Amino acid sequence: MSLFKVFDIAGSGMTAQSVRMNTTASNIANANSVSSSIDQVYKGRHPVFAAELSEAKRQQDAGSGVKVLGIVESEAPPVVEYAPNHPLADENGYVYKPNVNIMEEMANMISASRSYETNVQTADAAKQMLMRTLRLGQSS
Amino acid sequence: MAISFDKAFGMHQQALLIRDRRAQVLSENIANADTPGYKAKELDFQQALNNAQSRQARPVSRTHEGHFHISTEVRQEVKFRNPDQPDTGDGNSVDMHRERNAMMQNAIEYQTSLQFLNSRISGLKKAITGTGQ
Repeated sequence: MSLFKVFDIAGSGMTAQSVRMNTTASNIANANSVSSSIDQVYKGRHPVFAAELSEAKRQQDAGSGVKVLGIVESEAPPVVEYAPNHPLADENGYVYKPNVNIMEEMANMISASRSYETNVQTADAAKQMLMRTLRLGQSS
Repeated sequence: MAISFDKAFGMHQQALLIRDRRAQVLSENIANADTPGYKAKELDFQQALNNAQSRQARPVSRTHEGHFHISTEVRQEVKFRNPDQPDTGDGNSVDMHRERNAMMQNAIEYQTSLQFLNSRISGLKKAITGTGQ
């Protein structure tokens, strides 16, 4: 039955989306963490998704779920602000703010939460189909 | 006269298995909705049914260890879907709404097949017991 694999596939989707949600939470929480040097400032983190190809090669009929290849830090330049009165300002009076765009992160969060929901619904549909199959021939 | 389950169930048992596999293909699409470069897949129901019926007509069985294993389980009925809109930028061609509707439709079709099988089974039961229970 391929329906049992649906649980694995939907589960992999849910795991991936929750990793994405995690990085988004981290980015939003650290959006205002200023730093006094350009190297130590927080950089936005984003997961990279990929289809599970190895699984598909090993078994012909195996489904390709999704996996998180890794988490990359954003390459965008940090925001430099002139604030000589800030306690963390460097000798030239600058503080460095993370390169996190709150609006982008909010959109990312909504997208991740919707995708997570859809994966839950997929698993739920598969569960209902299996339960009906288990009752096959019992009701006359 | 012997009761043949294959004849009694007809194509519904194969239709059920194909819809079961279609559920898997659609769930792959939904899980990979945010994967860059992923192309949405779809199962060709007509071809899958034809393949299943020809497999049933000519079953390939190995009677000796030296025989070649002729695999009839080729996934040629799974094809890539034609996207409705041009590339959205990351090479992903999954349309979430389409997949969700297909998933819902597939679940209902699966239950329809189950219903048909159920009525065949209760018909057989009636024939065996003669009481209609």
